[in-house]
Amino acid sequence: MTKRGWFKDFAIGSTMVWITLFVVVPYLFVLLFSFLKPDPERIIVWNFTFVNYHDIFSPIFLFVCWYSLVLALITTIITGLTAYPFAFILARLPKGIQRILLLFMIIPFWTSSLIRTYALIILLKANGIINTFLLYLGLINEPVMMLYTQTAVFIGLVYTLLPFMILPIYSSIQKLDWRLIEAARDLGGTSHHIFFRIILPLTLPGIIAGSTMVFLPALGLFYIPDLLGGARVMLIGNFIKNQFLTSNNWPLGSAASMVLTLIMCLFLYVYFLSSQKARTEGVGGMA
Amino acid sequence: MAKPPIVRLQGVTKRFDDVLAVDSLDLDIYQGEFLTLLGPSGCGKTTVLRLIAGLETLSSGEIFMDGSRLNGTPPNKRNVNTVFQSYALFPHMTVFDNIAFGLRMKRFGRQEIRNQVSEALDIVKMTGLEMRMPHQLSGGQQQRVAMARAIVNKPLVLLLDEPLSALDYRLRQEMELELKRVHRQLGITFVFVTHDQEEAISMSDRIAVMNEGRVEQIGTPIQIYEEPENMFVAKFVGEINVFDGRITSINNGSAVVEIHGRQFPVQNRKNASVGQQVRVLLRPEDIQVTRDADGPKTSPALSGKVEEVIYKGKTVDLIIDLGAGERIFVTRFFNEDQEELVYREGERIHIDWLYGWEVVL
Repeated sequence: MTKRGWFKDFAIGSTMVWITLFVVVPYLFVLLFSFLKPDPERIIVWNFTFVNYHDIFSPIFLFVCWYSLVLALITTIITGLTAYPFAFILARLPKGIQRILLLFMIIPFWTSSLIRTYALIILLKANGIINTFLLYLGLINEPVMMLYTQTAVFIGLVYTLLPFMILPIYSSIQKLDWRLIEAARDLGGTSHHIFFRIILPLTLPGIIAGSTMVFLPALGLFYIPDLLGGARVMLIGNFIKNQFLTSNNWPLGSAASMVLTLIMCLFLYVYFLSSQKARTEGVGGMA
Repeated sequence: MAKPPIVRLQGVTKRFDDVLAVDSLDLDIYQGEFLTLLGPSGCGKTTVLRLIAGLETLSSGEIFMDGSRLNGTPPNKRNVNTVFQSYALFPHMTVFDNIAFGLRMKRFGRQEIRNQVSEALDIVKMTGLEMRMPHQLSGGQQQRVAMARAIVNKPLVLLLDEPLSALDYRLRQEMELELKRVHRQLGITFVFVTHDQEEAISMSDRIAVMNEGRVEQIGTPIQIYEEPENMFVAKFVGEINVFDGRITSINNGSAVVEIHGRQFPVQNRKNASVGQQVRVLLRPEDIQVTRDADGPKTSPALSGKVEEVIYKGKTVDLIIDLGAGERIFVTRFFNEDQEELVYREGERIHIDWLYGWEVVL
């Protein structure tokens, strides 16, 4: 066997072991726990039951689900509307500047997102940087309540997830054949028409990919509503966290995790279908 | 051509950073003609096309179309359409939607669009493929759709940017005929860009040979081929043999040129004077070859030796060594009354040409 073949086997093998140990096995535990009887004292008892799946469909959980989906959807829309112009301008800049801007976007990610969320608190709180600055400028007379509002949660979610939207859109805009835009102009297309009939449809795969990468994590990012929303905003992620850490009801938390997983699978399936459709229509796949 | 041109380029100049792509070019394009911009890659021919289309902005100069100045007009407001080298079909639209794009921009009615699209498809012989996606079409079919998408808008001028370069040889020949047919059928002015001189010669009403951002010569294919005005045109269009000589005498419209010590009578179209150094140009097919074995020549001729014989089916090409490293290229056609066109390598021969077939520069 060649050296290269050996390395390939090693790389794939170690990845497989890693995923099995730290993803598949824990997941099987979660699946198992979701069918066990809850007990506040001993955490779990080995009694097989469907009671958790019965309990989970309570009004409170359904509301949390609905609320999470709406919040994640709004986050996705805001992220998309912010990321698209940014990605568009980025893709049109000279290559050197593109690299620097991409680096600026990625550097914050070398820090834990938890720490970055704390940094947002410093910016947003009553005597924080933004309020101090606005007071100094005389634009406001008293501090604006920003922290512990729904707006703060949106700011946190959009800030954290923005790069996941920018990168796929950026890549699809980069792949765009600019000769098509020239052709559209030549055929009498105005800027408005060219954007909505040519550019937007051809970069749709990037938008869909970005939306998936923002929408799904937004459902589960529990610490952002916790820290920035003052625990007044509850996502599915917060519900699950509370079952494990506060209510000591691991089986119910596990069942909620499984429901969240199913919701995500559903969205990924829709994404898969749309990307299949895009491929057969040749969108984005054309050289 | 007394009528005013449909497009007039006046002192048109285009600079990209430090590179002068088009250098104060003047060109008149007339209603209904098939004009080809011919030149090597990088000569500025595509830039001229893009300037007419409005896809590039002028550095200086003027472009007039149908009498009005076009300089600042954006491409979507110009009555020209382009068939792009890459076809640039919209990959997410059907053939129908691709062709209807321009008509929809002009807010035509639904029924009107349907009629015009099917008419355009009929012209390019693509009826029935309306609902196909571009990636389901062959190269030649994509080419036809690109044509239909442009002509459906009934532009004053159709610009074609090397539209045949991506096709294989046979398909290219077929599309050459198709383009000529569409041109005749529509009567639209065609401005065609190519680096292929055969394509240019076989299709055009007029050819503008371009080099380094300038027009070297403009004329009919026959003028360009038979009477090149300078060495660039002579060498770029077809094969050519060049003899250095000196004018020794002048008599009315003719002159005598001395080449390798032999006196050849030539036509004196350029009013050369006695003693002037000139170049005598001859196309390979205009040179006559006589065997030494067929007897001595009485008229002036150059002697040489057959170096290589290349059989081409309908022609025989000869490379003839005139001595001192000078080689010429001769093409002989097979015909009925000259059955033995068989030359041997190393055979001694004479070459000459009929008076007036030469070009003197």
